[in-house]
Amino acid sequence: MRKDASRDGETLLRVSGLQTWYPIRQGLMRRQTGWVQAVSDVSFEIAPGQTFALVGESGCGKTTVGRSILRLESAQKGEVFFEGRDLLKLDSNSMRAARQHLQIIFQDPMASLDPRMRIRDQIAEGMRSFGIGRNESDRLARVRALLERVQLDPDTLDRYPHEFSGGQRQRICIARALAVEPRLIVCDESVSALDVSIQAQILNLLRDLQEELGLSYLFITHDLSVVRYLAHQVAVMYLGKIVEQGPTERIFDAPAHPYTKALLAAIPSVDPERRGGALAVLGDVPSPSDPPAGCHFHTRCDVVMERCRTQVPPLFELEEGCSRCFLAEPTNPGD
Amino acid sequence: MMGLEAHVFSNAVTVVLLVGAGVLVAVVRRQRLWREAAHQLWDRRKLAIIVVGLYLGVALLDSIAWKGGIPEDVLDVLPNAPLTLIDRIFLGTKEASYSAPFADVEFYGAAPLRQPGSHLLGTDILGRDVFYLALKGARVALLIGGLTSLIAIPLALLFGVGAGYFGGRFDDFVFFLISTLASMPGLLLLIALIMAMGRDTLSVCVALGVTSWVGFCRLSRAETLKLRELDFVSAARALGVPEIRIVIRHILPNLAHLIVITFVLMFSGLVLSEVVLSWLGIGVDGSWGQMIDGARNELSREPVIWWNIAAAGSALFVLILAVNIVGDGIRDVLDPRMQKGSP
Amino acid sequence: MSVLLQVKNLRTTFPSASGPMPVVDDISFDLARGEVLALVGESGSGKSMTALSILRLVPKPGKVSSGSVLLAGEDLLRLPVTEMRRVRGARIAMIFQEPMTSLNPVVAVGAQVMEAIQLHDPINKVDARSRARALFAEVGIPDPEARLDAYPHHLSGGLKQRVMIAMALSMRPEILIADEPTTALDVTVQAQILTLLRNLQRERGTAILLITHDLGIVNELADRVAVMYAGRLVEVAERKALLSNPLHPYTQGLLKSIPSRTPAGERLPEIPGVVPSPDQWPTGCRFSTRCPLCFEPCETIQPEEIEDSAGRRVWCHEVERSMDAESSS
Repeated sequence: MRKDASRDGETLLRVSGLQTWYPIRQGLMRRQTGWVQAVSDVSFEIAPGQTFALVGESGCGKTTVGRSILRLESAQKGEVFFEGRDLLKLDSNSMRAARQHLQIIFQDPMASLDPRMRIRDQIAEGMRSFGIGRNESDRLARVRALLERVQLDPDTLDRYPHEFSGGQRQRICIARALAVEPRLIVCDESVSALDVSIQAQILNLLRDLQEELGLSYLFITHDLSVVRYLAHQVAVMYLGKIVEQGPTERIFDAPAHPYTKALLAAIPSVDPERRGGALAVLGDVPSPSDPPAGCHFHTRCDVVMERCRTQVPPLFELEEGCSRCFLAEPTNPGD
Repeated sequence: MMGLEAHVFSNAVTVVLLVGAGVLVAVVRRQRLWREAAHQLWDRRKLAIIVVGLYLGVALLDSIAWKGGIPEDVLDVLPNAPLTLIDRIFLGTKEASYSAPFADVEFYGAAPLRQPGSHLLGTDILGRDVFYLALKGARVALLIGGLTSLIAIPLALLFGVGAGYFGGRFDDFVFFLISTLASMPGLLLLIALIMAMGRDTLSVCVALGVTSWVGFCRLSRAETLKLRELDFVSAARALGVPEIRIVIRHILPNLAHLIVITFVLMFSGLVLSEVVLSWLGIGVDGSWGQMIDGARNELSREPVIWWNIAAAGSALFVLILAVNIVGDGIRDVLDPRMQKGSP
Repeated sequence: MSVLLQVKNLRTTFPSASGPMPVVDDISFDLARGEVLALVGESGSGKSMTALSILRLVPKPGKVSSGSVLLAGEDLLRLPVTEMRRVRGARIAMIFQEPMTSLNPVVAVGAQVMEAIQLHDPINKVDARSRARALFAEVGIPDPEARLDAYPHHLSGGLKQRVMIAMALSMRPEILIADEPTTALDVTVQAQILTLLRNLQRERGTAILLITHDLGIVNELADRVAVMYAGRLVEVAERKALLSNPLHPYTQGLLKSIPSRTPAGERLPEIPGVVPSPDQWPTGCRFSTRCPLCFEPCETIQPEEIEDSAGRRVWCHEVERSMDAESSS
C-alpha cells in the first residue's frame, strides 16, 4: 500500500462531471434508438507523482474514461482540466500539443505496436511530433537510452514487434510513452494480458519510473490485487458511475459500498488456510445500454432497500473518500 | 493521343518505369522485413520468377525504339519508321504469305520461301514471322496488365482508404460512387470509354483502369476500417501524429501485402480482359488477343492453320500461369510471416 | 481414491527448422476418481497442449510422439479414431477459455446442448430437450425453458460459460478438462463459476483437470497441483503443501510475484528474464537461466524426479541437495 504522495498539493488532472454516451443506431436509416451510457457523471483528481486506480468489471466504463480524457472518444459533457486547461474545449492543434504530457499504454501489447515498423521508429515517432531531439542521431541516442531504462537490449532497436515476447512489447510501449516526457500516463489494463511473473516485472518498472520521474498514473484495471500494490487512491466504477472512492488502504480494509465488498470478496485468495470464501454475487452485470432504474447496483445487491429501486443515490462524503449508496447517507443529528 | 512521336513517348515511359523499379528495389532492400520476404519468394518460386523475368526482358527490348539504321534491301518498312530492338532482330524475315513452322515452301505449296526452314513458329497471312508477333505481344500484355494496375490501384486506395479512415460524408460519397459504377454493365462502359478516348494502348489502359478499381476499393476500405480501430493507431494519435501522417506511415504499409497481391491478380484478369476486347474488335493493336481473334477464322481452313493461335495462346497462358504462381508465392510469404508473434 | 487417468511419459512435438520440438516433454501424472488436479503454468509451459494431447486434439502439424494415456487401464493414444470419438464428450469432456468462440453463433444454445446429448445417446428430441432443460437448471441458468431458445449473442459471458459446462456435463463424463475456464470472465462472475464447478464436482464425483495460471483459482478448487515450466513438470504436490511450502524455485517465484502477498511499501519480488522459447531451451534444467538458486549441475544436467514421503514430486538439483543433506544429518 502506498502512502499518498501528493507533494505540493497542486492537482495535475481534474475530471469533473464527465459523461460519454454512445448513440445506438439501428435499422436501415440508422436512426438513433437509445444510448449506451458508458460514462456518467465521473469526477476525480490526480496529484503529481500519484497513482489513481480506476477499478471495475466489463461494461463499467473505466476504459472509456481513459479514452475520453485523451479525446480518443468524444465526451458529451464535463470538464477535464490538465495543466490548467480544459482539454475538452481545446481545438485540435492545441490538443495535439497538450498530448505530449498525457500518454497512454494499452492492454494488448501486440495490437499497440505497428507490425510493419521497426521499434526504433515507433519509439521515435512521438519525438518527431513534439520536436524532442535536435536531429536524427540525437533521437537515436535517446531511443537507446529509453530501451535501457525499460531493461531492453538497445541493440534490438532495428527489430520488429513480432520478434519480442509479450512482456518485452509492453516495455517497448512504455518506452514509446516515455519518449515524449509525459507527466501523466493512462495505463489501460496494461498488465492484464501478461503472465503473473512478467506482470511483477512491469509493475516494478512502473513504480521505479514513478519515483524517478515523478510520473502520475491513471491505472485502469479489473484486478484489485494489482491496485493494492501500485495505487494511492482508488475509485470503483459500476455501469458508468463511480460508486466508491478513497485511499487504497481504506478501500481494502473498510469498503463502504456493497459492490466494492462483493468485488473484494470475489477475489480468490492464495492463502491455503482460507478457502471457499468467494462469496458469489447474484446475476450478471446488466448492459450499459439499459441500466436498472434507481441505484444501478440494486438488482444484485444483497442489502437492497426499497428506495434503492427508484431513487438514484448521490455520492455521499465519507471520512475518507465517498460512496454512492444510501447506506452511506449521513444520519441526521438527533437520531 | 499525344502530340509526341509515339516512340519517344514509349522510350520515356520505359525509362520512368525502370527508374521506378530501381527505387522500389532500393526501398525494399532497406527494410529487413521485405528483404527477407523477397529472399523467401526467390527460394520458393524461382522458375516462375525467371519466366516472368524473361517476359519483362522481351518487353523491355521491345520498348526501345529509334529511327533509321535500316538496311537498304529491306523493302517492307518505310526508311524513317521507328523500329524497336525486336523489330530489328526480325527485320527482313517477312515472307509473302502463310508457311508452317520450319517449312520450306509457302503453305499452299505455291512458292518457295525466302528463308526456308527458319521460321520457328511459321508465318501469318501477311508473311510475318509468328514468333516475332508473339514476342511483340509481350510488351502490350505487360502494359495492359501493369500500367492499368498502376492506374487502378492508387485510385482505389485514394477512395478506399480515405473513406475507411475519415468516414463521414466522404465515405457516403465513395459509397455512392462505387454503387453507381458497380451497377453499370462494365463491358459497355469500357466500350464507350474506348470509343471516346481512342484505341491506342494508353487510352485502353486508362479505360480499363477506370472500370476496374471498385473491387480493390471495397477491400481497402474494409481493411482500413479494421486497422483504424487497432491500438497502434490510437497510440499514434495519442503521440500527436497528424492524421495524414498516420494514414501514410501506419495504414498504407499495413495494406502493402494486399496491394501486392491485388496487383498480381489484377494483372492476369486485365490481360485476359483484353482478349475479350479484341474479340469485340476494340483491342490493342499487336496484342495476343488480336492475334487470337485474327486467327479464329484460320482454324476453319483446310488444312488447319493452327500455329499462330497456338503461339499467341501459349504465350498468354504461360505468362498468366507464371504471374499467378508468383502471386501465390507472394501471398504465402507475406501474410502469415508478418502476423506471426510469440505470446 | 482409485486412479482414473494415468498419463505416462507424454511427449508432444511440433516440427521446426531444427527438428521436432517437444512442447510437452515427458510428462507423467495421475488423476484419481473425483479429484481436482490443477495444471499450472504460464504461457509457453505446455499446459494447454497437454490437455489437447490427452484428447488427441493436438492441432497439425503437431503430434503426440510418444507416451501413453491410460483411462481406466485403456490407452487412449492407441485407440482407433472412432473409439476415441466415443470417449470425447462421454467419458472425458472439455471446456475452453473463450465462451464467445466456443459456441456456434447461428444455432440456439438449447439446440447445441441437445446435439451434444444426441451424439452419444440415441434419444428423441423431446427427451433431449427436457434433459437439456434440466441441465440448464443444474448449472444455475435462470429461466431455463426460455433460455433454451436463446442465441449465444443474447447471453452474457457467464451464462455462455454455464452453457458450455452444461454441454460438457450432459453425458456425465468421468473427467472434465477445464482450460482456463474463467480467465475471460469478470471477477464476480468468475466467483460464481468457481462455486458452480466446486458444487458440481462434489455432487457428481467428476474428476477435473483444471488448467490455469491463477494460483487463487487453484486454491479455491484444486486438491493437488502440478506446476509446469517450458514443457516439463517442476513440482507436483498436494494443494496446501504447495501453497504454504513450495519447494521448487519457480513455484516460489510464482507465489512471490502475486501482488497481494507483498506487504505494503515493499518491492514486488520478480523472476528476472523471460520464459525461453523451445529453440532456446538450455541443456540442463530449463529454469536455470532465471533461477536464483542455480548452481553447478543445473546448467548441464536435467534434474531427475525426486519423490518424498508425502508423495510430493520435485525436479530440482537444489532441493535434491538439501534433501540429501537432511537425510544424512
